[in-house]
Amino acid sequence: MTNYFNEMYDGGKVREPYARLEGWTRDMPAELRQMKQAEAEALFRRIGITFAVYGEGGDPDRLIPFDMFPRVFTQLEWRRLERGIKQRARALNAFLLDVYGRGEIVRAGKIPARLVYQNDAFERAVTGFTPPRGIYSHIVGIDLVRTGPDEFYVLEDNCRTPSGVSYMLENREIMMRMFPQIFRENRIEPVDGYADALRRTLASVAPAKCEREPTIAILTPGHYNSAYYEHSFLADLMGVELVEGADLFVEGGFVWMRTTEGPKKLDVIYRRIDDAYLDPLCFRPESMLGVPGLMDVYRSGGVSICSAPGAGVADDKAVYTFVPEMVRFYLGEEPILQNVPTWQCAKADECKYVLENLGDLVVKEVHGSGGYGMLVGPKSTKEQIESFRAKIVEDPDNYIAQPTLALSTTPTFVEDGIAPRHVDLRPYCLVGEKIELVPGGLTRVALTEGSLVVNSSQGGGVKDTWVLAE
Amino acid sequence: MILTVNHVTTYQYDVPMRSAVQTLRLFPSRFDGQRIIRWDVSVEGGIRGGSFKDGAGDRIEGWSVRGPVSKVTITASGQVETIDLAGVLRGHREQVPPLSYLCETTATWVDDALETLANEAVLGAEDDLDRAHRLSRAVSAAIAYKPGVTQAHTTAAEALSLGEGVCQDHAHALIAAARAVGLPARYVSGYLFARDDGEPHEATHAWAEVHVPNIGWVGFDPANACCPDQRYIRLGSGADARDAAPIKGIALGVGEESLDVAVALEATQQ
Repeated sequence: MTNYFNEMYDGGKVREPYARLEGWTRDMPAELRQMKQAEAEALFRRIGITFAVYGEGGDPDRLIPFDMFPRVFTQLEWRRLERGIKQRARALNAFLLDVYGRGEIVRAGKIPARLVYQNDAFERAVTGFTPPRGIYSHIVGIDLVRTGPDEFYVLEDNCRTPSGVSYMLENREIMMRMFPQIFRENRIEPVDGYADALRRTLASVAPAKCEREPTIAILTPGHYNSAYYEHSFLADLMGVELVEGADLFVEGGFVWMRTTEGPKKLDVIYRRIDDAYLDPLCFRPESMLGVPGLMDVYRSGGVSICSAPGAGVADDKAVYTFVPEMVRFYLGEEPILQNVPTWQCAKADECKYVLENLGDLVVKEVHGSGGYGMLVGPKSTKEQIESFRAKIVEDPDNYIAQPTLALSTTPTFVEDGIAPRHVDLRPYCLVGEKIELVPGGLTRVALTEGSLVVNSSQGGGVKDTWVLAE
Repeated sequence: MILTVNHVTTYQYDVPMRSAVQTLRLFPSRFDGQRIIRWDVSVEGGIRGGSFKDGAGDRIEGWSVRGPVSKVTITASGQVETIDLAGVLRGHREQVPPLSYLCETTATWVDDALETLANEAVLGAEDDLDRAHRLSRAVSAAIAYKPGVTQAHTTAAEALSLGEGVCQDHAHALIAAARAVGLPARYVSGYLFARDDGEPHEATHAWAEVHVPNIGWVGFDPANACCPDQRYIRLGSGADARDAAPIKGIALGVGEESLDVAVALEATQQ
């Protein structure tokens, strides 16, 4: 029986961050709890927040369960995380600038050239181009899990367009509306500065040709996209336009937005569509979602695209293994946050180990996401393990394996009271003129007892995430 | 050799289009084998957009045409002095890592037949340059030049199985074969002056470049069983024909498009 770290209870003792919450739950009558839970659900429905977290698929109109029991960090715990996250975001951006430039890290033999240059996410079209301030990934979502009081591991990096930040904001909003009392009793760092910080970040990477207050827009694939709610929510909060490809056109080396008052020049595009769909003249010719000619304007410095095309090569699961090396190589520092030990099935000896220990490991597809195409050894049947074994033998390059981590638990409201459930954390680091991180993030919780899969498509929910002020 | 080029591409639409956008890779490469005496690119009625040099060293220019558009005429013309470097792309400034060309595209997908052709061709080769020469010869032998058999979307594997094709198919087949034996290769578009009498003639052409360690990129033209020399003008490169196309465009609207290309190439002996 694995011993899971419970973030609230250390044996019978309540850990410091949760000290003030114990009484809150103890004194809450069951009827009140049910009423509040129903209220929360009604609020989420009314707001219309029903999208899935990035790449998870599933029914876009389904409501993701919200758990009212907050997840809490002390200021001290958070500061260490913050340093680690910012460090990682800096290293990932340095890596991107390097591999689209001189490729020093490859020349130095710190990462295999094949892994970078033959990667599907490597965009030859942007080699040699330096985006404003040399930043490729402006919003870095780093997925973390915790296994002990001071033990955090990075599960994966998201350098393209990590979603879910609207949950971070809405969860807080709803908690404050339902339980104003506990926000008076606890001093909790606010997260509502995120939209301003995002706007500042985007404005700070406007192209050099932009000589006035930059015009920013969010480019969405449209309302069929599962994260459309988030796109419109963020546009609203920042006070910028939400546009689709058909609303934009290129002319004279700039991108223009069609408005009722005529064309308006656009300086920064926060795109929520994949590279492949950005510009049919440069990438997928059949794509109707993007803007023809956009990449020519981008590469000649007429517009900024966030995240920069090509940023995906840094968050590939095979490249992930080398992020600690990036921290050392570019920053000359030791990584504050650890990677989960990872075996690459592409390497014969590591693949052998994986095949011999399938029952204890978590195996993932290199390009998979959302908890699909994944084997959780200890939770799988013999048949599942054998069928996965066949897949790995067939195409070893496509798989990596990690130990089954003892994910921490936090108290969660369940059918008959409160019980520990496993959680992860996705903070959103903003990289522009400054590197900023609002104190908080999205905590996902595996609502099924014993489950280690927090993805919303597989029975996961979300929680408000608190960082206590000093 | 001094080559004079007049390259006119005309797109016509039966119903006027709302707008048109082009990205042009229509500028002769700058390297030791080519010197541009004069060169001009224009789009009739068009608005010049962003212009830049990409990582592969190609000059690229964006253009747009406001609607209603019933005709788009793109003209590239000028004079280039060329010398024979036996196919070697010497003095070309570029930043793309050659390894990135080992990625597969639909057009250059390697099937069993291409793999066999490649493996047999390089048997007994002395070094990578020799391997590249052998691959090019094998492709020349396996695909006979015959226009009208293949289309723009024909893949290397399909052309090999047909045994016939045009320069695009030869280039795709060589790229695929080179990649099958681990040599990075890419598609090159340009012009070829191919008449002995010096008369103007239709002359857009395509060939391939193979990356050879210690030498760099070396051009091979399997369609003509040779390496590019002073009769060739190099415009730009890419992973395949679509990627390296001198003109890529899109017109928004419902009209049917028809295309007319006229290239006149003349040689002036010094």
